[in-house]
Amino acid sequence: MDCTEARTRLDAYFDQELDLPNAVAIDQHLVSCPDCRASLAARSALRSSIREHADYRRDAPEGLAERVRARLGSATAAPGRKSGSRWRLPSLAQWLPAGAAAVVAAGISWTAAIQYASPSAEQVIAEQVFRGHARSIVTSHLIEVASSDQHSVKPWLSSKLDFSPPVPDLSAAGFELAGGRLDYMDNRPVAALVYRSRQHVINLFVWPGGNLGGQHVASKNGYNAVGWSRSGMTFWAISDINAAELRTFAAACANAAYP
Amino acid sequence: MAQVRIVFPRGPAPETAPATAPSRREETLPLVRDQHSRARRFEQIFTPHLDAAYHFARWLTRDERNAEDVVQEACLRAFKSLDGFQGDTARAWLLAIVRNTYYTWFRRNKAADASVPLDDDTLAAGDASATLESPVGSIDRVLQQRDARRLVNAALERLPEEFREVIVLRELEDLSYKEIAAIASIPIGTVMSRLARARKLMLQHLQHTRES
Repeated sequence: MDCTEARTRLDAYFDQELDLPNAVAIDQHLVSCPDCRASLAARSALRSSIREHADYRRDAPEGLAERVRARLGSATAAPGRKSGSRWRLPSLAQWLPAGAAAVVAAGISWTAAIQYASPSAEQVIAEQVFRGHARSIVTSHLIEVASSDQHSVKPWLSSKLDFSPPVPDLSAAGFELAGGRLDYMDNRPVAALVYRSRQHVINLFVWPGGNLGGQHVASKNGYNAVGWSRSGMTFWAISDINAAELRTFAAACANAAYP
Repeated sequence: MAQVRIVFPRGPAPETAPATAPSRREETLPLVRDQHSRARRFEQIFTPHLDAAYHFARWLTRDERNAEDVVQEACLRAFKSLDGFQGDTARAWLLAIVRNTYYTWFRRNKAADASVPLDDDTLAAGDASATLESPVGSIDRVLQQRDARRLVNAALERLPEEFREVIVLRELEDLSYKEIAAIASIPIGTVMSRLARARKLMLQHLQHTRES
């Protein structure tokens, strides 16, 4: 994603209104773009200052509720009577319900379309990732080598696999390494790294080969998954944490694995 | 790269409803068997949001007395259309009525809306692709000045109202794009672009202030 594209979405990103693939793309763009980072920081400073300084948080004038009550009281006391209220516009009652209904019925949906570069292949893998995650949770076969030390987990995995997976330390981002195990995806044995964030489990599947050519996201049964490729490795992260947190995880991971 | 697809089935926009109406017709409130229970229901639903209504009106009108007038009128309208309230978000519903009241009643009945647009050249520079806003460091310096309060409020007041309302709803009411879209009767994409523009304008204004 280039700056021009990033800038059109920076505010939605800042407001956490962006869908996962776009947000991950912005995350990655920000890593390499000081201008956009500054732009984001300026928004943050602006928000803080508005919230701190805007003439807004002072309470409503004293007695407002009582005065409103009095207005309503006089309005309801004599229905049908021609009111002498200087505020009143006749006929409002006619169209107000329509206005209210417009608000109430505003069935707005903001759907994020999930697209795959090559649908069949990626979807098949994503499906395996979901199954792998569910399997690890349901069968309690989550961790074969339990360690929060990347230097213990990595050799163990390397000794059992025909490749040496990166085992990034993400504790600075709030994701603690819990251990690792072997799993099987894409017709080959893969490394499954297990991270924890609070009580949530995140599985990070890693195997060599494949080129996803961008981020791929999927969600199913309350799980969110995001996949990407880097330095000849394919990564899929999956968890029941929310999309924004998983995005943070994926970004931290992408940067730490092959800095 | 997935695209953000925005779907916005629009209902009848309040502004487009017949606002000028049979002036000779005598106004009658909807017949209700029990005005007291209506009043009680209204109190329960809307009194907690009176502060939000007032503050929103305060930023629309930029005046405290006018804000109270708008809120009172809005409450009257909300009360009359109470039967149309389906139990959705009461705050958003009331804020939408405040906004309608401001645009349809206040601006027609209360005098001149002295909107103070930003300079044309400032506005023209608002495109997403246009110049970057000032670096965060200089904005921080502006905001750390002793008169930061005055500067921030002035920058907010100078925003054209369509930008001011979205930034107030987002930053001060902490509403989602979806809620803002419903309140302002605009598509979500428009909420997004107006917010972007509003922030850019405010940052540019604060930067100008610093330089001058």
